[in-house]
Amino acid sequence: MTRILANRVRVWLLVGLFAASVVLSGSISTTAQAQDKDPIKIGFSMALTGALAGGGQQSLLAMQIWAEDINKKGGLLGRQVELVFYDDQTNPKNVPGIYSKLIDIDKVDLIVSGYGTNLIAPAMPIAIEREMVFMGLFGMDNNSKWKYEKYFQILPAGPDPAVGFSQYWFEAVAGLKPKTIAVIAADAEFAQNLKKGAVTNAEKMGLEIVYEQNYNPKTADFTPILRAANAKKPDVIYIASYPNGSAGLVRALAEVGTDAKAVGGGMVGLQFSGLMAGLGPMLNGISNYDFFVPEPTMDLYPGAGDLIKRYQAKVKEDNLKVDALGYYLVPWSYAYVDILGQAVNAVGSLDQDAIADYIRDTKFSTVVGDVKFGKNGEWDRSRTIVVQYQGIENNDLEQFAKPGTRKIMLPADISTGELQTFGALRK
Amino acid sequence: MKYRFEIICLLLIVGLFVLTQVVGNQFYFFIGFVILQYMVMATAWNILGGYGGYVNFGSAGFLATGAYTAVALINFLDVGLVEQMIAGGIFAGLLGFATGYLTLRLRGVYFAIATLALAIILETIVAHWDYVGGAAGTSILPKRKPELLGELIVDRKAGLFGNYKEFLFFLMGTVAILSVWVARYIENSKLGRGLNAIKDSEEAAECMGVPTLRLKLIATTISGAMMGVAGAPLASYLTFIDPLSAFNLEYAINAIAMPMIGGTVSWAGPVIGALLLGTAQQVSSLWIQSELNLLIVGVVLVVFVIIAPEGIIGWFRKSRQGSSR
Amino acid sequence: MAVFIDLLLNALVIGILLGGFYAALAIGLSITFGLLDVVNIAHPTMLVLGAFIAFLLNSTLGIDPILAGVLSTPFFFILGWLIYQVYYNVFEKSGAESLRGLAFFFGLLFIIEVGLVIQFGVDHRLVEAPYIGESWNIIIGQEIDVAIPFRLLVAFVVAAIATLAIRAYLTRTFFGRAVRAVAQDMMALRLMGVDPIRVKRIAFALGVATAGVGGALMIIVLPIEPSLGRLYLGNVFAIVVLGGLGSISGTLLAAVIIGVAESIVATFFGPSWGPAVSFGILLAVLAFRPEGLFGKTAGAH
Repeated sequence: MTRILANRVRVWLLVGLFAASVVLSGSISTTAQAQDKDPIKIGFSMALTGALAGGGQQSLLAMQIWAEDINKKGGLLGRQVELVFYDDQTNPKNVPGIYSKLIDIDKVDLIVSGYGTNLIAPAMPIAIEREMVFMGLFGMDNNSKWKYEKYFQILPAGPDPAVGFSQYWFEAVAGLKPKTIAVIAADAEFAQNLKKGAVTNAEKMGLEIVYEQNYNPKTADFTPILRAANAKKPDVIYIASYPNGSAGLVRALAEVGTDAKAVGGGMVGLQFSGLMAGLGPMLNGISNYDFFVPEPTMDLYPGAGDLIKRYQAKVKEDNLKVDALGYYLVPWSYAYVDILGQAVNAVGSLDQDAIADYIRDTKFSTVVGDVKFGKNGEWDRSRTIVVQYQGIENNDLEQFAKPGTRKIMLPADISTGELQTFGALRK
Repeated sequence: MKYRFEIICLLLIVGLFVLTQVVGNQFYFFIGFVILQYMVMATAWNILGGYGGYVNFGSAGFLATGAYTAVALINFLDVGLVEQMIAGGIFAGLLGFATGYLTLRLRGVYFAIATLALAIILETIVAHWDYVGGAAGTSILPKRKPELLGELIVDRKAGLFGNYKEFLFFLMGTVAILSVWVARYIENSKLGRGLNAIKDSEEAAECMGVPTLRLKLIATTISGAMMGVAGAPLASYLTFIDPLSAFNLEYAINAIAMPMIGGTVSWAGPVIGALLLGTAQQVSSLWIQSELNLLIVGVVLVVFVIIAPEGIIGWFRKSRQGSSR
Repeated sequence: MAVFIDLLLNALVIGILLGGFYAALAIGLSITFGLLDVVNIAHPTMLVLGAFIAFLLNSTLGIDPILAGVLSTPFFFILGWLIYQVYYNVFEKSGAESLRGLAFFFGLLFIIEVGLVIQFGVDHRLVEAPYIGESWNIIIGQEIDVAIPFRLLVAFVVAAIATLAIRAYLTRTFFGRAVRAVAQDMMALRLMGVDPIRVKRIAFALGVATAGVGGALMIIVLPIEPSLGRLYLGNVFAIVVLGGLGSISGTLLAAVIIGVAESIVATFFGPSWGPAVSFGILLAVLAFRPEGLFGKTAGAH
């Protein structure tokens, strides 16, 4: 008898648990929707967990700030804006389902992409099939095969992104008159594209590539790699790495050292607050790509400085667990929805063809400066800046929020410093 | 009726086709594709793991073999999806055979770790193989108007399916049903009984004259081939593939967790597990806008294995036995 | 030639140090999985938890990460105690084989990971300590300069001490012998009047407790983020299996072999082949010695 009872209890437990999870998830979604009458919905997937979540969460907050702003100004076409988003867990597999739900169930009016090339790619065919405008956030050459005329992408690397990404770095180091180069890259999508571009640029400059190796993301220690590269005596070292590799190589540079005159280029992660503060003075001398730094010349962009301040205040106030400074992605995530919003208001309707035509033909003024799209929906020119880490005294995060620690080398119109050799800036 | 199960299978396939024609909302096909793919993976894993007691930890390697076979064929011969799946099955089956052959002497955890090692080695090789995109990955554009045996398959007006996703969903559904049929057939055949004997005690089985080596080879080959077939459409589904997404640990985890939740003794276990865990994953990630979705999956896993350590199948059997006493 | 010797020496030194670090990650698993046969797949994620605790103590109170790791050890001991309690009651008591617990530990892995994401966010974290970023250079002659990074040296020394202590504990003390007996003959223990469940519980808790110091070493060597555990899952299991289940010194040796292989490959062939080579070694060893380097019985399990 008791056994039967026990089994019954188990069955109900099981049923109850499943039902509860469904109800719970259902109730959360209903609170998220159905507030104002008839808002304009913008849908997207975002990496809120998994490998790219650091960037994803930062982007989401920036987009929410944008939604706040636009709603204060009266919204789009006189309607309020609502963001509808789901966590893709940095797994491309989740992306098609998310965009389908956004379009077919949530009935969003506009879509923008999640963060990163391989999370943009699975959404492309859906955008194309529905003939919707698709704004990309930091995709590397996603549209070169599709050639979809309604895709626009905010990573400022020019019409040939892989090459444009490192163009200014190579121009900057040209002053050091290098003859040989070593190339170290992570064995993953973004870094490999950067490497291809860097090799093209190096060949263009006539540099001899004396060392070219990829490393696996599982690599725990990078001193052997740096040592092997040093053994070839390169004049400069180009590194295309992911956050763990960037940190590992910076530490290896501190421990093993190098005679190369310039080191860096495509190191992802050194722009993040956690790593910047953690690595501190070890960063001195490294020259790297960046998109936005607190240098005075960057205040030329209308609203940029203010946006960053509001982001930082929000993170502090709400005690959010996202990047404390937000220079890396915040302005760009703000800008790519802002461009879409500007276009919608200018066109005066949600007609996707008209919006796409407008975006294609217009030079936008945004928090990241003037944006004009060209071939395949990429920027018409490269705007990836080169900075050099200088004068970092300690591991205090605040110093990175002030000008001076990351001086802009190129492009020339916003330059705030001269490139010095790597060795000159080491103690 | 002797062929009742087969008839149900056929009806289900017809039902799938009808679904693709009737249901207008694409969303269900996307979700369905993912869950069905997991169902194939779980069923394939269970043939070796559930019946034979050999835990394959490298399921992602077999799936990726299918996916990358498809990519290579698209680049090399520009063949259609069905051919890709067949080729993916063949190559992953060969890999399964090789795995079985290489690891014949290994049992239990040693076998599990060896399969994981194989998957990691394969991933490294694919990352160096530039023809299929290498570590940078590659974009795959589905054919505009694919044909099969002279029949237009996908076209908005004249095709068998109005849309590519319907086609993918139907293919994956058919594969899922076929693989369940295969699993059930194995379960009731000499092969299944032999594998069960191996699971209980390999020495005893050998003494009783069970050809353990041959059975293990057959099981690794079939299981691998099924995973390869499931992986082949991945490239077309994602339209972009790189080693990180193809060799994702999530596949290996789900392929093990789903049969464990459903129950490993019968073909129905992986099916139930895949439906339950797959749905829970999709539901939680599409209705909860934060990291909590992962938490729900974790809690579901822990609670289920605690209240039903023998899987849902075993648990219902126990209830039935308990109440009949 | 001098360049070659310089590279080789450095690769060897780094490899051995790296091996010590790997051993620290794998040692807990060598107890829980190797000796007790509990497939604790959440172990690497527990290490990450340990790393975050070290990070927390270091960034708020300025405590040295190693000391923080030692301080968090009792917490992990209790955690392991509780986990084993659940595991025993649900799986072992009912005679369910160890693989049944796999899904349970997968679930645990997710729960810990999400807990970390909620508490710490998803950014990469590093710690500060005087020995990070510095190295000790041994200069031999004109061209040979062996640089030993302090962070790896610290990891190696701590790992070696911990491993040797655990090994001594398991071989020299009565309790340690009881743990090893549990792995082989439960009945004999009962006859001796020892409760095998209690022995296993303590041993499991001990295995989990290593996540405190192991995690601290992790954050000293590399930046951490919540999902890092998944990346090292294959490596730690491979090391335990390569060393042979139930052999603590085997684990240490296997870790050094993997470390040296990776560092040699990274120096002379190309770092991206590292995992393929280390798992290739594992496969080769398994093919010729299925029980691992120091395994107890052939085709164990």
